[in-house]
Amino acid sequence: MEVKESSGDRLLLILMYAGIAVFALVCLIPFVTVLSSSLTTESSIQQFGFQMFPKAFSLEAYKLLLQNDTIYKSYGVTIFVTVVGTVLAMLVTCAMAYPLSLRHLKYRNHITFYVFFTMLFHGGLVSSYILITKYLGMTDSIWVLIIPSLLNPFNMFLMRNFFKSIDESLAESAKIDGANEIYIMFRIMIPISMPAIAAISLFYALAFWNKWFEAMLYIRNENLFPLQYLIKRILDSADFSRELAQNVNIFEYTTPTLTTRLAATIVTIGPIIFLYPFLQKYFVKGLLIGAVKG
Amino acid sequence: MERTISYQSQPQKIKKMGKNSFIREIRKNHLLYLLTLPGILLIFVFAYLPIFGIVIAFQDFRPIEGVFGSPFVGFENFRFFIESKEVYRVVMNTVFLNVLFILFTTVVSVSLAVMFSEIKLKKFKVITQTLATLPHFLSWTVVAMIVAVYLPYQGGVVNQILNAFGIESVAFYNEAAYWPFLLVFIKVWHAAGFGSIVYLATISGINPEIYESASMDGATRWRKIWHITLPLLKPTIILLLLLALGGIFYGDFGMIYAIVGKNALLYPTTDVIDTYVYRALTEFSNISMSSAIGLFQSFVGFILVLTVNQITRKYSPDSALY
Repeated sequence: MEVKESSGDRLLLILMYAGIAVFALVCLIPFVTVLSSSLTTESSIQQFGFQMFPKAFSLEAYKLLLQNDTIYKSYGVTIFVTVVGTVLAMLVTCAMAYPLSLRHLKYRNHITFYVFFTMLFHGGLVSSYILITKYLGMTDSIWVLIIPSLLNPFNMFLMRNFFKSIDESLAESAKIDGANEIYIMFRIMIPISMPAIAAISLFYALAFWNKWFEAMLYIRNENLFPLQYLIKRILDSADFSRELAQNVNIFEYTTPTLTTRLAATIVTIGPIIFLYPFLQKYFVKGLLIGAVKG
Repeated sequence: MERTISYQSQPQKIKKMGKNSFIREIRKNHLLYLLTLPGILLIFVFAYLPIFGIVIAFQDFRPIEGVFGSPFVGFENFRFFIESKEVYRVVMNTVFLNVLFILFTTVVSVSLAVMFSEIKLKKFKVITQTLATLPHFLSWTVVAMIVAVYLPYQGGVVNQILNAFGIESVAFYNEAAYWPFLLVFIKVWHAAGFGSIVYLATISGINPEIYESASMDGATRWRKIWHITLPLLKPTIILLLLLALGGIFYGDFGMIYAIVGKNALLYPTTDVIDTYVYRALTEFSNISMSSAIGLFQSFVGFILVLTVNQITRKYSPDSALY
């Protein structure tokens, strides 16, 4: 049935379209500014400032950045941490979430509380720092970026809630056929939980990809800097581009400090921007799993 | 009867059997308990050991002697609460900034969700929604880099715009007064689009018949939003607000340290508990004192979460955390 719209209604709708469009543009424009400023010359930025439509075009910064192996090393570190971290984290998370989703497991509530309490009370930065540096000796190891983050209680509870929503009779019948619990988890529960697995893997992957604080605290070896921490280092000091440019022998060469920074930023966020539109729906799904109360 | 520990277990009866039943339970479900073991160990090492490590707050910690060798000094490390004005300022900043973050992000998220729910053009909706949620996926170090394109005195985009309107350039990186506003803006930019997803899901769960019958009665779009959508969103809004309130004592270290870093000029308005503890640890290496502040933070934060949960329980038992 068609209900006729009043002019007031139409005006409000137009305002809403405008509001959404403005917010979307505010989200988009910073990326465009960074991208176009990375594609210009250092002198153009010094003269006119950062611009959406720069007057000069130059790939100088990218050339400088990509001919040096620093960025490749950091890419390698980040990809390793993200891939290995996500796979291990999903194993640990599912291995804990599945038993805790079973009502017949007697100490389920004890273990749940044991995990849950860590969401309420934290030991704080200082004791974690002393533990990791002094007692575990994980300084300057790539594993310090992975192992402490393998179990995120929040993600674990999301996963448990999803497992809970699966009909228990499925596992029961497999059990009657003689399958053991580990087989049931890997061959039955995980395959039919793929939407949740995809979403929570993405949550973990994003967290690993964006990790930098741990690197700042525990890693001194420049070969082990992940991308996001490299960005922080580049932002904090101008030395980076000077180091990159030390092999350049051009008379009166001005080091493209600003554009190199931005080029490094673009290279860092590139994969996220390209992958995000395809992965968005999984993130949304994952966010809504939380709504399934267990 | 007592011998059959069935799947639908009866807790009271089993408890009577004591140790014997513990061993039996483990033996019966050993594979399931084995599965939880890696997680249990990880949490023990990386969450519980640091909690035990809190004893440092009551020690004169000496790195060489470690946690087991350093002498105990009682509440000596907590003296700074009385002596230091800085700690007071840092605590106030943490709470103030978090209240602003929560308030503005919620308002913008809810508004975005309402607007998205009214929009019918499919393509427009998909594209704008993708753009609006994108910032959430960037690390704070990348955001800091973008901020460094917008705020510099020379060549910064914001100052170019100000100049175009005949306003003189502002030295943002020297003026602490602007930063609560700037940080709120950055926070909303980063979080509001993603935050709107949950509200949007709640709205799309509303029975369309309610809207239809309101239309029959001649309700305008605005009245439908005001009298149907927002009231039905209220439980979700309150739940998420309460959850956020529980974390009000934890400053957003990642955000603030990435953007402000070691710019001491901005500390008066941007220094929060977490950045202060980090500096106390790494710069003035007063380990015991920073641990004492950390303990204070954890303790107050813990009390807050418990209180908030009690309130939630009373208000809507379904949405309580535990």
